[in-house]
Amino acid sequence: MLRYVFRRLLTAIPTLFVIVTISFFLIRVAPGGPFNQEKGLNPVIKANLERQFGLDLPLWKQYLNYLGNLLHGDFGPSYNLPDFTVAELFRTGLPVSVQLGATALVLALIVGGALGVFAALYQNRPADYMVVAAATAGSTIPTFVIAPLFQLFFALTLKWVPVGGWGDGALVNKIGPVITLMLPQLAVVARLMRGAMIEALRGHHIRTARAMGLSDYSVVVRHAMRGALLPIVSYAGPAAASLLTGSLIVEYIFAIPGVGRYFVDAALNRDYTLVMGTVVVIAIFTLFFNLMVDVMYALVDPRVRYD
Amino acid sequence: MKHYGIRSLLAGAAILALSASASFAEVIFNRGNSADPESLDPHKTSTVYEANILRDLFMGLMIHNAKAELEPGAAESYAVSDDGKVYTFKMRAGAKWSDGSPVTAEDFVYSWQRLVNKDTAAEYAYMLSPVVNADAVTKGEKKPEELGVKAVDDMTFEVTLNSATPYFLEMLTHQATYAISKANVEKFGADFIKAGNLVSNGAYMLAEFVPNDHIKAVKNPNFYDAANVQIDTVNYIPTEDRSTAMKRLEAGELDSNDDIPTEQLAELKAKFGDQVRIGPYLGTYYYVFKTDKEPWKNVKLRHAVSMAIDRDYLAEKVWTNTMVPAYSLVPPGISGYEARPAEYAEKTQLDREDEAKKILAELGYGPDKPLKMEIRYNTSENHKNTAVAIQEQLKPLGIEVSMVNTDTKTHYGHLEQKGDFDIARGGWIADYKDPANFLDLCKTGTGNNYGQYANPEYDKLLADAAAAGAEERMKKLSEAEAMGVARDLCFVPLLFYSYHTIVSSKLSGWEDNVMDVHPTRFIKKN
Repeated sequence: MLRYVFRRLLTAIPTLFVIVTISFFLIRVAPGGPFNQEKGLNPVIKANLERQFGLDLPLWKQYLNYLGNLLHGDFGPSYNLPDFTVAELFRTGLPVSVQLGATALVLALIVGGALGVFAALYQNRPADYMVVAAATAGSTIPTFVIAPLFQLFFALTLKWVPVGGWGDGALVNKIGPVITLMLPQLAVVARLMRGAMIEALRGHHIRTARAMGLSDYSVVVRHAMRGALLPIVSYAGPAAASLLTGSLIVEYIFAIPGVGRYFVDAALNRDYTLVMGTVVVIAIFTLFFNLMVDVMYALVDPRVRYD
Repeated sequence: MKHYGIRSLLAGAAILALSASASFAEVIFNRGNSADPESLDPHKTSTVYEANILRDLFMGLMIHNAKAELEPGAAESYAVSDDGKVYTFKMRAGAKWSDGSPVTAEDFVYSWQRLVNKDTAAEYAYMLSPVVNADAVTKGEKKPEELGVKAVDDMTFEVTLNSATPYFLEMLTHQATYAISKANVEKFGADFIKAGNLVSNGAYMLAEFVPNDHIKAVKNPNFYDAANVQIDTVNYIPTEDRSTAMKRLEAGELDSNDDIPTEQLAELKAKFGDQVRIGPYLGTYYYVFKTDKEPWKNVKLRHAVSMAIDRDYLAEKVWTNTMVPAYSLVPPGISGYEARPAEYAEKTQLDREDEAKKILAELGYGPDKPLKMEIRYNTSENHKNTAVAIQEQLKPLGIEVSMVNTDTKTHYGHLEQKGDFDIARGGWIADYKDPANFLDLCKTGTGNNYGQYANPEYDKLLADAAAAGAEERMKKLSEAEAMGVARDLCFVPLLFYSYHTIVSSKLSGWEDNVMDVHPTRFIKKN
């Protein structure tokens, strides 16, 4: 198992390299550049700026420079926020996104999982219908509707929480963003769990377990749920990678200083270094959580072996 | 995060100590600002979002007061030579940096040399263009030391200009011309800009900068007029989502915001009353024809299209009266200048359309030979609605309008590289209060002359104006506008911008003005 993990970590390096290379050239294909704006720059000044950031060099040379710096952990300066390096922007923003994303994910897995099991046990009865209806609603109502409604009701009408802002990480400031991030995930988890559970409860090993006179608790939790967790595990991996790297909409609406915004803002601003920084961070998260999924598989499902 | 935490503790302790000695509660102003600044280095900034913050942190030689009138700032007084070329500024006695050291003429010499230095790569280096050798230094042809500025002594700063420039003092209110402390830059290098390091000469000093969250500035005890500054702490809060900003204002989390969701204007007015402020702003929303290309080379055709656009409809229906119909490039609000709108400004829209139809028929356009026109615009709901409205307005005249929408960088990249187009959208917000700032757009070969309008006579009028005395100059500029804009339509002015802000009734001293300039030091909060 450890050897497997080690091998996977080694193959992540060429994967990252390919991702970095493709992204580096892809963003340069987009027309316009970081210094195009409504008030056009005088060509002399634009040339000075490009020289300062090394954008006047041939593209292959810029690429080699970027790779060289990256190996030293240097993501470069942000073109559009020159007071900060890309690394500094992530150092302040990533902890915010990770805190919100991780809380939302854990809550979605626990609550969604429980609801799913509950619905499966009461399949085709009112309790099941309620869960399914709520889950369908949860996954169809978009975030940009839930978030303002939350603000209107809980911040402006009830005055329980502030409308927005990070407030140096105060708990009340996190409630809205976490709930908004959590609801769609919770809905998906509940639906997946319900389906997998119904499937598992029909299995031969469950019939055997029941025939052997095991308790309901033991049948459901030890035997059925274990198998039913597999789809959840495969869903949770990519979901974790995307949740932990922030959400543009939630950050905008709740005025949260996370990193989700950079993925879109940086691309629109042609802030090449920030785009690359975002790509690298998201790639690392995705590779890591995919590995975690495979490891979890082996732990949950005795049929999976990696040696 | 920890980094900032310690900083805020220290800053907090400083405030506590200050307010304890003054024995009154700390006054905090939470000021919504549409975006974070690109940089707090005055020489590396360009947008109004930075201007709003830097105006509080720094003080230029000249400043805008609460009504955006020109007043001496870091300079106590100034004298201009008879030929208008040499300005001698007497530095304000007792003016200090926030670390307590004196602000000297040498700081301004250093800062201005830094601004034009090609290695600084300052976007607004051209603010010093009137100064001797400034452009040559930016191009790298001359050394920064050759810039036409000198410190006669610690308290006397002398500037030599290429020619008399009546708006030079007005330019000195722009953040690009602010001074930074030479000693401080030498001490910290590139990190001089970080909170805790930055030293400034304005009414406030930087305490924290958490990107996308807030910038906190606290009152500068060393500011010469600190006794009259009432607000102790300003938090600039980036408010990308304007709807959230309105809710935060309603909940008391913000005291003002520099923008409102204009599409909700009616509801906002009903809810907030006269806390919603709308008024004229020095900016023009325009379309521009590619004038060096057929068929748009024909001035008559350009006019026909321009006349067929119903600007009243755009202002009222598309922009819910947060814009004003425009027939000239230079907006109203610049004293001493008489704008020269197109002659059809006075006519009714029906008359304009009739005339447009006549021209189109004359030029042979009709059902058999429809005029085709492509509008290019950058992504924005309102830009799209404007283009769609124009498409509908031109349809009855047999003009077939198609549209190309691209993101902002692609749009301006295309225009800058002289890409092909028929007509394109753009906007210009004044850098300083002077008609030349708008009329220079049509000068041959200027980067922002997207329509490639080239007319030596027009260029000559601008050059003559630059050389003329104040009154004569405004007349020449008027003539230039009559020729380049009203007659030749180098740009098609559509609308004048308005500022649209929301200011809590708890604030006083927020005076409406065409520059939309509101230094915190003149504002009071109850």
